[in-house]
Amino acid sequence: MKKKLFALMMTLVMVAGLTACGGGKEESPAPGNAEQPSAPSAEGAVFKLGTIGPLTGDAAIYGQAVANGAKIAVDEINASDSAVKFELQSEDDINDGETSINAYNNLMDWGMQVMVGPTTTGPSVAVAAQAGSDRTFMLTPSASSADVTAGKDNVFQVCFTDPNQGVSSADYMAENMADAKIAVIYRNDDSYSQGIRDTFVAEAGAKGLDVVYEGTFTNDTATDFSVQLTAAQAAGANTVFMPIYYQPASVILTQAAAMNYAPTFFGVDGMDGILTLEGFDTSLAEGLMLLTPFSATLEENKSFVEAYEAQFGVTPNQFAADAYDGVYIMKAALEAAGCTSDMSSTDICEALVPVMPTLTYSGLTGKDMTWSVNGEVSKAPTAFVIKDGLYVTP
Amino acid sequence: MKKLSIKQHTRTDFLTYLGVIIAFAVMSFLSSNGSLSRSLTGQLVPICCYMSMAVSLNLTVGILGELSLGHAGFMSVGAFSGVVAAMSLQTVIPSAPLRLAAAMVIGAAAAAIAGIIVGTPVLRLRGDYLAIVTLAFGEIIKDLINCLLVGYDANGLHVAFNLTGSKTVADLGMQEGGIAIIKGAQGATGTTIISSFTAGFLLVMVTLFVVLNLKHSRAGRAIMALRDNAIAAESVGINLTKYKMMAFVTSAALAGAAGALYGLNFSSLQATKFNFNTSILILVFVVLGGLGNLWGSLIAAAALTVLPELLRAFSDYRMLVYAIVLILVMLATNNPTLKTFFSRFKPRKHVRKEAV
Repeated sequence: MKKKLFALMMTLVMVAGLTACGGGKEESPAPGNAEQPSAPSAEGAVFKLGTIGPLTGDAAIYGQAVANGAKIAVDEINASDSAVKFELQSEDDINDGETSINAYNNLMDWGMQVMVGPTTTGPSVAVAAQAGSDRTFMLTPSASSADVTAGKDNVFQVCFTDPNQGVSSADYMAENMADAKIAVIYRNDDSYSQGIRDTFVAEAGAKGLDVVYEGTFTNDTATDFSVQLTAAQAAGANTVFMPIYYQPASVILTQAAAMNYAPTFFGVDGMDGILTLEGFDTSLAEGLMLLTPFSATLEENKSFVEAYEAQFGVTPNQFAADAYDGVYIMKAALEAAGCTSDMSSTDICEALVPVMPTLTYSGLTGKDMTWSVNGEVSKAPTAFVIKDGLYVTP
Repeated sequence: MKKLSIKQHTRTDFLTYLGVIIAFAVMSFLSSNGSLSRSLTGQLVPICCYMSMAVSLNLTVGILGELSLGHAGFMSVGAFSGVVAAMSLQTVIPSAPLRLAAAMVIGAAAAAIAGIIVGTPVLRLRGDYLAIVTLAFGEIIKDLINCLLVGYDANGLHVAFNLTGSKTVADLGMQEGGIAIIKGAQGATGTTIISSFTAGFLLVMVTLFVVLNLKHSRAGRAIMALRDNAIAAESVGINLTKYKMMAFVTSAALAGAAGALYGLNFSSLQATKFNFNTSILILVFVVLGGLGNLWGSLIAAAALTVLPELLRAFSDYRMLVYAIVLILVMLATNNPTLKTFFSRFKPRKHVRKEAV
């Protein structure tokens, strides 16, 4: 029995040790969660707002950014004299469809009336189908696939769709770098990356751009890109298009610098965040171009960035800005539809659906955003180039 | 003496069936009553799938005694073939329950074929080869489905294999009005949800029926003899490969049916869902429930599926708490003091022990 107890103690100690190690790596503090919902401070119509995202696991940085961004917006709204106020709850979905549905059902049990979420594409498609049949109003901050909104009239997006990003990137290159020899390096087990690559290559073909090489990788092989880079160099590519997230992109940049290969690197919104990546030499990102709706260094975003940095200790990325905008869009829509907080989620949904296409909103991630009836946002992407560690317009 | 032990088998079996039926009745009643939380209602179908997965894996691990680390691979084969079948049979079989049944049969058949392909070379060998090969199989299936493009239009199914990474759904050459069912890495999206709790219940019952009957049949005794001592079993003329294949392919087919039910319960499904972690999760159900113990697998699958949701109050630490609960349960079930405590409630066992 003593031995058993000793073994149990050892297990607990080891587990505690593991968490301590994990804690060191954590990039941002835990977001507002079930225990500390941001409670509204003054009276007014209080709506129950839920967000869903991967707060733990591989994609935790995105889910936490969404939860944090939403929390800042909710705190701001609740501190203001706005008639619409929110009670926020963020649930974890570990970037998995099944868990995301569970998180959604959990929020519905809590009494959620409107939803800003989920964060990632795969779970969003699963939850959108459920929200579509339940008639719950859903505004996803960052799920970019066209499948999320397809066929559902009550699902809207804050971010660009994947096709939109691929087409915009190709159009930008056709206008500004027409003689580019382009290599595409993308992750073919990721719907985001594959989706952008497909539309980029189709549009590049239509615009007469020269795609000389395409290289793929998967989540398991995202640590070494020497094969792809050597092949791109051999094919004579002077532009490398990377529709991928910034962690693998940082490896590509490091390895390209090591082999003295210096093409123009071009990314999309997933590239945002590369300057704040721990352990990455930001001088390697000099000259990197990216098409993103949000830049933390722009003057007009300053108050949000400062509030975020003060509360969470990290620079917000585009996901945080999307969620922040999402909450404000939700507020604008609720006000425009004249909803009251005693309405059920279904009634609110029916009231909001006709209002969304009439709405115009300017926020952190775009000026004069409007929505089509099928839920896609229309806003102009901005191209930035990284210079001296800052985003500047080229 | 012999009569007594058979009676005990039968009793446990009937109690297992009865338990599942009672659980189904209670859940259906509560759910129609509206007193079940949405969170739990949403998990009913996945729980049934995992139960069926756990029971079928128990056939390989507990009864056949071979370690399989790629059970999620068979689930994946069943899920994606089931989704393709259900989506393309929409006009032929308009009734959703019938279409679900057809999809599950097709999913089971596809997984059985995969099981035969994996099992034929490996099950002739002795040792841990099956673990290695099934581990690889799970990863291969994941990568293959990431390359797979499937669409359906008036002309029938269109399948393309995106090996170079340069093909898209547009390359399928579908007519107007065609639907893309599997889109490579994007997985199967836009699936019509036709799974139901009743279907899940029936699946668990069928799985239990198949596995229990196989276990107690002549073939099942041969399988268990192989597990206990392969040399002795072969020396009395038991065909090693045949019986191993029988258990392994049955297990794969049942996993395929569970996969089809799972795939048709979500409108979005990616191949990466069925990764090594999922295989291990199902193995955990089996080990926690007890090797060869079917009702244990059922309870472990249900409990461990619901547990992470119940632990949401712990927010970021819930998987840590989950791990601690697992360790505690393992320690508790293997505690000799508790074992003797529980055996007091099993008078028959005592009688048998004394008789022996």
